[in-house]
Amino acid sequence: MELTGAEITIRCLQEEGVEYVFGYPGGAVLFIYDELFKQEQVKHVLVRHEQAAVHAADGYARSTDKVGVALVTSGPGVTNAVTGIATAYLDSIPLVVISGQVPTSFIGEDAFQEVDAVGITRPCVKHNFLVKDAKDIASTLKKAFYLAKSGRPGPVLVDIPKDVSNQKVEFEYPASVHIRSYNPQTNGDINQIKRAAQLLLEAKRPMVYAGGGVILSDASKQLTELVRLLGAPCTNTLMGLGGFPASDKQSLGMLGMHGTYEANMGMQNCDVLLAVGARFDDRVIGNVAHFNSVPRKIIHIDIDPASISKRVKVDVSIVGDVAHVVSDLLAVLNSSKQKPEAAALKDWWKQIAEWRGANSLTYKNSTELIKPQYVIETLHKITHGDAFVTSDVGQHQMWAAQYYKFDQPRRWINSGGLGTMGFGLPAAMGVQLAHPGATVACITGEGSIQMNIQELSTCKQYNLPIKVIALNNRYLGMVRQWQEFFHGNRYSHSYMDALPDFVKLAEAYGHVGILVEKPSDVEGALKEAFARKDDLVFLDFRTDSTENVYPMVPGGKGLSEVILAEDL
Amino acid sequence: MRHIISLLMENESGALSRVAGLFSARGYNIESLNVAPTEDPTMSRMTIVTSGSDEVIEQINKQLNKLVDVVTVMDLTDGDHIERELMLVKVRAAGDDREELKRMTDIFRGRVIDVTDKTYTIELTGTGHKLDRFLQAIDHSLILETVRTGASGIGRGDRILKL
Ligand SMILES: Cc1cc2nc3c(=O)[nH]c(=O)nc-3n(C[C@H](O)[C@H](O)[C@H](O)COP(=O)(O)OP(=O)(O)OC[C@H]3O[C@@H](n4cnc5c(N)ncnc54)[C@H](O)[C@@H]3O)c2cc1C
Ligand SMILES: Cc1ncc(C[n+]2csc(CCOP(=O)(O)OP(=O)(O)O)c2C)c(N)n1
Ligand SMILES: [Mg+2]
Repeated sequence: MELTGAEITIRCLQEEGVEYVFGYPGGAVLFIYDELFKQEQVKHVLVRHEQAAVHAADGYARSTDKVGVALVTSGPGVTNAVTGIATAYLDSIPLVVISGQVPTSFIGEDAFQEVDAVGITRPCVKHNFLVKDAKDIASTLKKAFYLAKSGRPGPVLVDIPKDVSNQKVEFEYPASVHIRSYNPQTNGDINQIKRAAQLLLEAKRPMVYAGGGVILSDASKQLTELVRLLGAPCTNTLMGLGGFPASDKQSLGMLGMHGTYEANMGMQNCDVLLAVGARFDDRVIGNVAHFNSVPRKIIHIDIDPASISKRVKVDVSIVGDVAHVVSDLLAVLNSSKQKPEAAALKDWWKQIAEWRGANSLTYKNSTELIKPQYVIETLHKITHGDAFVTSDVGQHQMWAAQYYKFDQPRRWINSGGLGTMGFGLPAAMGVQLAHPGATVACITGEGSIQMNIQELSTCKQYNLPIKVIALNNRYLGMVRQWQEFFHGNRYSHSYMDALPDFVKLAEAYGHVGILVEKPSDVEGALKEAFARKDDLVFLDFRTDSTENVYPMVPGGKGLSEVILAEDL
Repeated sequence: MRHIISLLMENESGALSRVAGLFSARGYNIESLNVAPTEDPTMSRMTIVTSGSDEVIEQINKQLNKLVDVVTVMDLTDGDHIERELMLVKVRAAGDDREELKRMTDIFRGRVIDVTDKTYTIELTGTGHKLDRFLQAIDHSLILETVRTGASGIGRGDRILKL
């Protein structure tokens, strides 16, 4: 039977088992919206801005192991979506974004709401397609889902001109997909794995550095087993939090610019470093020359060959999927007669205990001013460390990462690579829809929340009982901190003046708002908010406006050249 | 160092811009780039001449491989290879210059492929270096225009770039 391109599009989404499409309509996608209307299997969530559609799809994907789907119209619909697409791209999140395009005969004529969607998004997608004939829709969408999810995941854009969505052709959804030019490698080379095992067994000061690849590969179980077997310390990147339980005694917490002292010192002093699904980002290793100035052997497991030896030369490279490679590595280690060097490990842990003694995450609590760290610690306590936590970007994000100890993967949802303010609330919508009964908290700042605050309306429409935890310091705090440290306290445009009354604003959207101004009210307010299971509660915490994030490795410095709170 | 990278890619619209975009976005050099369909109409072959440190060249190869439209990549400079470039030069050819230009063309094994009473158009093939030398060898003031394809390359003997 012949179907229109629009019908085919929806049928493909059904075939892929898509539960939610996050979108916003417009002229170029009207046929597709018409088909959405005629069925119930794929549910559409109407956001209030296309950026939020993509972030919501992204949050959905990060908190599950599924592909997130967004649908936007041509022109401004696409350009609004670009920030969301780039956010997903930098963090390797699997998305399929479907955009409408002007009719094929109008393309290139500067038609109404025409932009070159494929051209604009090219540098921030894993791949993209312009579908010029309805008979190609099914195979293209099949490829799009496959590309998004396999190998190193990423967003894929499919641009569908309006006439194509109304063109009738035979529909058949391909059972399988093969792209001759695309063959990601899942299994690691066994000889390299054996070399890695040998290095790890001989290590005197081994260290595991685990990143977002562990989460994306759903390999935290295997990683945890490996770390325990090696008896080595493990640190996680911002993207890798939850990949190894933060409460485990072998966890050194997060590393990098705002990482713990012990994690960064461990990186700098280990003799064998095992990097697992992590990409030696500049926020993580600081100054490259400084990082390389100490001798250590590096083993790197990554599915993307281009991540390996990109910024730091490694000794043993293993291209493959973390889950597969670590399982094989475990098998090799388990079958070896040799065991990790117990005596050496003991000395190594003694050294680590000394670094831990610096207590780099302590802060001085106050009875006068609400300390942001205290809010996060209390949040952790009240939610039993079991919430899904999304975040915006800034100081609050770092405090969330440092003080909400994540023991499980896919619980910490934040924009690490692009650092997109405005990510937190829409991402939380995707998370809440994916996990209807679960506790979802969005940690944000008064700056970030205003970049997608309109989504409070979407939350109302779909009854999403998210708890918005605003650490309102009346500053673009992260900017203010840099200005304090590196720009002679000249607070150029980092002060948030004329803030709205967030409580009234929340109420205007039909939600509950709570203002918290005293440290003694923090716990009670959080308890009250989380007791309201069915309501979105916006908590406006007036926090100490001059608090800084410590430890801090200033940009361009080495990991051991760190500023600790007590240094000041 | 100078490298010649050869690749096969899907003959899809937009594939070329993905490669060109990769080089500009990541700040890699392109000395020349040429592309045309192969005997298999679904694929095009591209030759890119670039330069950079070993690390940069390694990244260029990996990043090219990562492009979904790129089928396979070979760094020709890693082994024995042949490199050729085609150049067309239009020169002012009048009086005594006609004889001299013809003589130089013969020495460089080129051909005069278009003649008017005032001009010659000369076709020359060879390595880029040879083409440069030809341009140096003739009187510079006679050159009206030059057009070069950029290098094309192929491996020697059994070095074959195939799907
Ligand atoms: C304000 C701010 C401050 C920041 N400070 C810090 C900080 O102090 N510390 C910190 O760590 N980060 C920090 N970041 C985040 C930083 O910018 C990077 O986003 C982050 O460090 C990258 O994490 P990652 O190395 O785990 O890589 P990711 O971006 O998560 O990349 C994952 C890697 O794993 C690979 N991979 C994907 N899937 C698989 C698979 N199945 N198998 C194998 N490999 C796979 C990918 O190819 C890639 O190389 C900060 C960000 C912001 C916005
Ligand atoms: C879209 C966007 N614009 C600008 C920035 C730069 N930036 C990083 S953190 C920050 C301040 C964020 O302020 P707020 O949300 O109040 O968080 P705080 O740092 O105060 O906790 C800014 C402006 C960014 N990351 N994203
Ligand atoms: Mg702020």
